[in-house]
Amino acid sequence: MGNPNVGKSVVFSRLTGANVIASNYPGTTVDFSKGKMRVERDTYEIIDAPGTYSLEPSNKAEEVALKMLGDADIVINVIDSTNLERNLYLTLELLEQNKPIVLVLNIWDETKHLGIHIDEKRLQQIIGVPVVTTVALSGEGIKNLVANIKNAKVNDKIKPTSEEGRWIEIGTIIKKVEVVEHRHHTLRDRISDLTIKPLSGIPIALGIIFISFWIVRLIGENLIIYVLDPLFDNYYLPLIEGLSEQIGPGTIHILLIGEYGVPIDKIESLGMLTTGLYIPIGVVLPYIIAFYFMLSLLEDTGYLPRLATLVDKVFHKLGMHGHGIVPVFLGLGCNVPGALSTRTLETRKQRFISATLLAICVPCMAQLAMVFGVLGKHGIFYIGIVFVTLTLLYIILGLILNRFIKGESPEIFLEIPSYRRPSFKATIKKTWMRIRWFLKEAIPFLFLGVLIINILYSIGILQFISNALQPIMTGIFGMPGDASIALITGFLRKDLAIGMLISLNMTPLQLVIAVTMLTVYFPCVATFAVLIKELGIKDMIKSAALMLGVATIVGFLLKLILLGV
Amino acid sequence: MDEKPIPLTQLPINKRGKIIGLDGGQGFQRRLRVMGIKEGQIIKIVTKQPFRGPLTIAVFGCQMTLGRGMADKITVEVI
Repeated sequence: MGNPNVGKSVVFSRLTGANVIASNYPGTTVDFSKGKMRVERDTYEIIDAPGTYSLEPSNKAEEVALKMLGDADIVINVIDSTNLERNLYLTLELLEQNKPIVLVLNIWDETKHLGIHIDEKRLQQIIGVPVVTTVALSGEGIKNLVANIKNAKVNDKIKPTSEEGRWIEIGTIIKKVEVVEHRHHTLRDRISDLTIKPLSGIPIALGIIFISFWIVRLIGENLIIYVLDPLFDNYYLPLIEGLSEQIGPGTIHILLIGEYGVPIDKIESLGMLTTGLYIPIGVVLPYIIAFYFMLSLLEDTGYLPRLATLVDKVFHKLGMHGHGIVPVFLGLGCNVPGALSTRTLETRKQRFISATLLAICVPCMAQLAMVFGVLGKHGIFYIGIVFVTLTLLYIILGLILNRFIKGESPEIFLEIPSYRRPSFKATIKKTWMRIRWFLKEAIPFLFLGVLIINILYSIGILQFISNALQPIMTGIFGMPGDASIALITGFLRKDLAIGMLISLNMTPLQLVIAVTMLTVYFPCVATFAVLIKELGIKDMIKSAALMLGVATIVGFLLKLILLGV
Repeated sequence: MDEKPIPLTQLPINKRGKIIGLDGGQGFQRRLRVMGIKEGQIIKIVTKQPFRGPLTIAVFGCQMTLGRGMADKITVEVI
C-alpha cells in the first residue's frame, strides 16, 4: 500500500514477476492485482492495491485499497523517498493498525539528485518496523526487501493519535532523519513549469497531441504497407487459396474462408481465417502497436496530469474535471481500460458523464481502424468530418449532461508528479503487454462474430432484419437497408463491420454517416459489460438509452446536412 | 513584511505563503490535511490557469493542482 504514484505496481511486478501496468501519474492502478512470491519454502500472496493518501477514502479506487488492507496479514508500505513528509502520514495511520509492516523507501535514486539525505536506520529505530530502500524501476534493493518481509512486525512505538497529532509526530521524525540541501532550478523544473503554465503550456499541449497522432499514423501505416500487407499477400493468401481448393465448396469453406468460387478477399470474404484474422492482425494491430507505444511514453514521462491541469476548465463545463482527460486517452486505445479509469473521478455524476461520453464519442483503435479502413481511400476530408462530429458531440453532450444530471462535480485535486525519463525497456514491455491483451481479446471475438454472422445469414435472419429496417435506414439515415447488418455486427466488434460496409458500395458521404453511427450508437460488448459493472444496471440503462438516442439524432442530422435530403 | 491574511487564490505566483486557516466541510478539510495542506505549512503558487481555472501549488517537494473554489477556502499570509 502507499500514496498514489509512488511505484507500488513496479515493486509488485518485481516481487511477483507478474506484469501489471505502471505509469508516472496517480491512479494507474484502480483495482487490485494478485501475485505469488516464493521465498525459500514459503509462498506469499502479494496484493497490489490502488494508491491512497489516507485510510479515509475519497474515491472508489481508494475504497478498494482500504478493503485490501482489511484482508492483509502483512503490509508492505511503499513510499516516495523524495516526498517523505507527505507519505509518512499514511505510514503513521498504517502503523496504528496493529498489522506487521515493512516500510519501503522507493525512488531512492532520485533523493541523491535532489539533495535529500534520509537516515533510514534512524527512521527504522523511530518507527520500530523494518525500513528498506529501493529503486524498483531498476530492481535495486528488491532482494533486501524480500529478505525483510519475514521481519515485518507490528509497531510498538507509535501510539494512535488524531490527524493533528500525526502531523506533529511527522514533524519530529522529519527533523531527526531528513536533511534537504538547497538546490537550484534544474532543467527538469523549467520544463515542468513551461508545460503547466497556460501561455506556454497550451501551445505545447496542442503540439504534443498533434505530433503523437502523426507518429501513430506514421508507424501504423508503414507497418501495414511495408510489413503486414506484404506478409499477408505474399505468404498467407496463397496458403489460404491452397486450403480453399482442399476444402472445396460447402459450409466449412464458408465458415473458414468465405464464399467458394469468388476471389478471396482478406477484408470482405467474411471467413474466420480471412476476415477473422486479417482485421485484427492486419488492420487494427499496427495502429494498436503505434498508439500504445506513444501512450506509454506520455504516461511514463508524467505529462498527463499537466495536460489534465490545462484542460480542467473545459472539462468542468462538461460536468467533470481535468482528470476526465485520462479516460479519453486510455479509451482511444480501447474503451475497456478507459471505462475502468473513470473510477478515479470522485462522484457518480462525474463517472456517469465520463463513461457515457467515452462510450459515445471516443473511438477506440478498432473503431479508428474502421474509420481509416472504410474512408481512407476517399480522402482525409471525410475522415475529418467524422472526427469533427465526434468532438462536437463530446462537447455538446457534456454541456447538456452537466446541466441535467443531478449531483456534484467537485473540483480537480491532483498531484503533479516530477518528470521522469521513460526507460526504453519499460516502455517496450508495457506496449507489448497491452498488445498481447488486445490479441487475446480481439481474435476470439472476431472469430465468434464471423461465426454468428454466417449462421444468421444462412438461416435468413439477417436478410429479414435488413428488409424490416430498410425503410428506417433509408428514410431517416439515407443508407441502404443492408447497412443495418453492419450496425448489428458492430455491437460484437466494431472492426468487424469494415468488410460489410466496404462491400455495400455506398457513396463516401453515406459511409461517413454509417461510420459515425457505428462509433456512436453502442460500445462493443466487452465495454458494455464493464460499464454495467462500473455504473450499475440502472445508470447503464440510462446511458444506453442516451447512446441509441444520440446515434439516431446524429445519423438523421448528418443525413440532412451531408446528403441534403 | 505584509502579514494580512488573504485567500490562496490571491497569493501572487512564485510568492511563498504560510497557511493560517482552512474553511469548508469536515471531509474537504481532511482531504487537504492528509496531503499536508494544513495550518503552518509553507506553500507556493506555481501557476494559475486563466478564466478561474485551477491553481497549481507546491507543498513540500511536490506539486498539486487544485480548483479555485478549493483554493478560496485556504487562507494564507504572505511571507
